[in-house]
Amino acid sequence: MKYALLVHVPPSHFEQRDDAATVAAGRAYGEALQAAGIFVGGAGLGSPRHATTVSVRDGKRQVHDGPYAETKEFLAGFGIIDVPDLDTALEWAARHPLADRFSVEVRPLLGAQFASAPKR
Amino acid sequence: MNEPAAHATIEEVVRHSYGRLVAYLAARTGDVAGAEDALSDALMRALARWSVDGMPDKPEAWLLRAARNRQIDAFRRQAVRQDAAAFLQQVAAEAETMAERSDEFPDERLKLLFVCAHPGIDPAARTPLMLQTVLGIESARIASAFLVSPSAMEQRLVRAKQKIRSAAVPFRVPEPAEWDERVSFVLDAIYSAYTAGWESVSDESSAPRALARDAVALGRTLVQLRPQEPEALGLLALMLHCEAREAARFADDGRFVPLDEQDTARWSQPLIREAEDLLRRAAAERKPGRFQLEAAIQSIHAHRAISGTIDWAEIALLYEGLMRLAPGIGSQIGRAVALAEIGRADEALQALEGISTERVAAHQPYWAARAHVLRRLERREEARAAFTRAASLTEHPALRAHLFRRAADEI
Repeated sequence: MKYALLVHVPPSHFEQRDDAATVAAGRAYGEALQAAGIFVGGAGLGSPRHATTVSVRDGKRQVHDGPYAETKEFLAGFGIIDVPDLDTALEWAARHPLADRFSVEVRPLLGAQFASAPKR
Repeated sequence: MNEPAAHATIEEVVRHSYGRLVAYLAARTGDVAGAEDALSDALMRALARWSVDGMPDKPEAWLLRAARNRQIDAFRRQAVRQDAAAFLQQVAAEAETMAERSDEFPDERLKLLFVCAHPGIDPAARTPLMLQTVLGIESARIASAFLVSPSAMEQRLVRAKQKIRSAAVPFRVPEPAEWDERVSFVLDAIYSAYTAGWESVSDESSAPRALARDAVALGRTLVQLRPQEPEALGLLALMLHCEAREAARFADDGRFVPLDEQDTARWSQPLIREAEDLLRRAAAERKPGRFQLEAAIQSIHAHRAISGTIDWAEIALLYEGLMRLAPGIGSQIGRAVALAEIGRADEALQALEGISTERVAAHQPYWAARAHVLRRLERREEARAAFTRAASLTEHPALRAHLFRRAADEI
């Protein structure tokens, strides 16, 4: 089963996350996922202030400055992991270095239950 | 065998084995809804076949094989786009072995209970899921017990089952490190069904009352699966103590009778004995918990049938323990009532006044307890006002009438 771990943070976090400890913790976590052999992909995301949003309506491209919607929380990063079940995914989400301050949403990838054979 | 006979046999098998069959089928695929569909399809086939060919030797094994074949078909259809050949072979091989050994198949209901009460499942769906999948109760009946429309309940159940499948909620028994917390979710879900059914009504045949009995059935299932889990034993003991008083809660004219005035001759002694036995078994595990304490409190009330008195000092102590294990206004209120009974009404009132007013503004048991304590203090005017307030906060006519009578006594 593949799951996305989606890290949601308040806007203020984007201004504060460049300190050495935060960066080191994030890197260590990524390395742990790789060492466990479950890492499929992932990245940290830049500030929503630098986001540009595109949609196409009636064949016409509409572009606006800023994120899709102004919300209290924004996506700060995502990881995709391949683990046997939800409990294992939740364990990894709980270990995320931002999970103790913010929230990590765990979402199965679409059709992910077919990606690996169900265990016995 | 004719059709009515086949029907009766199927009903019998369903009553005894529905939960085990669903649990077994779902544990292999992670798909509860698919397991239920496959089983109901197998039941339809059984009805057609058994009335013609007669009963198979092992009806459960027959149903299981039919349901497994149906699951394999469903997988084949779903997997057209996928390269799932290896998986299908495995499933088919498994179905064959199953069919050969077959009369005893593993009991996966414990895993199913943990799936239903998984923290990733909507709490409002947990109890309905258990009732439907473990006991095989129809969703329309569950809906009426929970006082929601059948379509709303159906939607809640469908959504939860989709989540189980698409998020791969695992069918497994939790590890020791997480056991206590995970089992508490299962116990809470069972107990909430019980209280919803118990607190409500005098009408024997009502849907909520049936819900309380279903909760007892779930409690029995859990104890059967985990005979040494002290809190499961405690919960079942608690429910059985309450069940034992069913015939005494209301007088023949429909009047509500409070616990300490109930006619003990109307209590069911076999249920009380069973509850006491469970509680002893729980105590032997030396791991106290919330449900064991609550059952112990009920056990003291039950003892009135023998001793004629209630040991309120012991009840007050048990509530103090409960306040530590499961903090909540329920145990604070229970303790205050017990204190008032042992001449410590001043302390009781103080304790009640320590609870924040907004938490109790609409809490009927608080106002009844407060009234009770004020009566002990002979503050009759305030007691009357509190009984009246309590009466206006309950939705149950018999209890309301009782509280109004109490209020009138204070004039």
